[in-house]
Amino acid sequence: MKRNKALAVPFMLWAAIFIVVPLVMIVWYGVTVEEPIPYTEIVQEDGTTVFQLEDGSVTAVRPQKKTVVSLSNFRRMFEPTYLRLLLRSFKVAIITTLICLLLGYPVALILTGTDFKRPALWLMLLILPMWMNFLLRTYSWMSILENNGILNNWIASLREMLPAFDEWLTSRGVRRRIIFLYNENAVILGMVYNYLSFMIMPIYTVIEKIDKSLLEAAADLGASPVKSFTRVTLPYSIPGVLEGITMVFVPAVTTFVISQLMGGGKVPLIGDIIQNQFGKSSDWHFGATLSLLVMVVVLAFMGALNKIDKDDEPVKEVRIL
Amino acid sequence: MAKKLRKAYVGLIMAFLYAPIVMLILYSFNNSKSRAKWGGFTLKWYRELFADEAIMSALGTTLSIGILAAVISTALGTVGAIALFQMKRRPRQAMLSVVNLPMLNSEVVTGVSLMLLFAMARIQLGYVTLLLSHVAFCVPYVVLSVMPKLRQLDPNLAEAAQDLGATPLQGFFRVILPDIMPGVFSGFIMALTMSIDDFVVSFFTTGSGVSNLSITIYTMAKRGISPKINALSTIIFVCVFVLLIGINLSDLRKDPRSQDKVDKVRIPY
Repeated sequence: MKRNKALAVPFMLWAAIFIVVPLVMIVWYGVTVEEPIPYTEIVQEDGTTVFQLEDGSVTAVRPQKKTVVSLSNFRRMFEPTYLRLLLRSFKVAIITTLICLLLGYPVALILTGTDFKRPALWLMLLILPMWMNFLLRTYSWMSILENNGILNNWIASLREMLPAFDEWLTSRGVRRRIIFLYNENAVILGMVYNYLSFMIMPIYTVIEKIDKSLLEAAADLGASPVKSFTRVTLPYSIPGVLEGITMVFVPAVTTFVISQLMGGGKVPLIGDIIQNQFGKSSDWHFGATLSLLVMVVVLAFMGALNKIDKDDEPVKEVRIL
Repeated sequence: MAKKLRKAYVGLIMAFLYAPIVMLILYSFNNSKSRAKWGGFTLKWYRELFADEAIMSALGTTLSIGILAAVISTALGTVGAIALFQMKRRPRQAMLSVVNLPMLNSEVVTGVSLMLLFAMARIQLGYVTLLLSHVAFCVPYVVLSVMPKLRQLDPNLAEAAQDLGATPLQGFFRVILPDIMPGVFSGFIMALTMSIDDFVVSFFTTGSGVSNLSITIYTMAKRGISPKINALSTIIFVCVFVLLIGINLSDLRKDPRSQDKVDKVRIPY
């Protein structure tokens, strides 16, 4: 193909305007704050008002706020209120990622096996729910879990039918209406529900690609199924696991919708504070500082995962066999 | 026994994934506004849906933004991928990591950064900013799906075309484009899906009363979602379901043990 510079120009221009400049804007807003300009109002004899600045100059327009470079928003981020939310966001995201990994890995593994005649069909069924708007699906969980929701209704009718069950629950101090929603666990459930497929897909793809003759060789050489899993399948699936972890952790650490719906506003996460700064509180500078933090943390996280990926060459493991 | 357990486990995960969807579909036929009580079967939400101007206009916005954003970002992303492909190694690596940034960044950061961009350029938030933002986050996915196809391309083909007297443009449309078409197409589908499903970026970059379905649903969720929305998503879900099952079954019939079926399944990303 002949090199054609003319093609590159519009594309690079686009990338500059819609990728680089917006990120620069976040950095700029993040390291600046708005300060009021001090001034005194002077009413002149003819009734008009002028404004005298500190340096003595006089203007007819009311001085606006000025933007000054300041790191005060970074200090604000580490105030106990915000620090607690930051830590909670990470905790919730890490728990979500671990649960997704524990639930999702076996699914990927089973689907690559011979149990299902049409693994592709099952895989498609796994991702089909994502075609329904995620807000709606999360909202639907709320109607299942709320105090007068379906799950509580089922439990209630089960209690009526089985008095022994009812007595047992009452003796253990379980309320008549169990509160499932509006706490951290509900938020985690919502996230696991929304992101589970993100974990299954990449792991499935990687395990599927493993050369089956490796597993046959392992079996021929006398490895037990458990051993051939730990020595062949597991090391080879690490890249998929790492991709899955990224695909779950990144949205989980920054979501603000799931925490608002499932947490009912009682479990605010860092995404909620960012959203607030661009809405009600309207402090764009602080919002940008928080976004900057999120960006740095996510990129650092992925950098670290990439490093694990490189250090963990599965080929070495297989040679031992 | 072990096989049954494994199948049961996958079944359980399926049940977990489909439980809210089944609920949603059931309640689109529920003759009661409450989401906890069953008031008998009805089709009234489906009738009222098409008379609801707010929902219909949100649907229109979602579809028009989705199609426009997919077309524009496919064109831009394909051109971009070719441009990147022709660069020397180092600048290409540098550009690729810039283009990948929106995919690595969380949606909140992308949304906020674009909002600040429009604020700086003093563009009033609305339909245009929504469209521009959707193009912005879709292009990297198109580039990502076109690049591998370009790598597989025989470099001699385009040269041969030009040796035989084709203009570069003819060479592109006659030789290169047909070869990379699968990548372009899957990029288009990916862009369309991402745009239709997006909430976070739209939330930060729309204004002046322009809202798509996601934003309408978000606003509704605070007061209670109308069963009309359930009816709408049931229709959408059934359409996609039939389409995907159809594609999948016809694929399987052709070649039941085909490995590349995985490619088709991955399109929704």
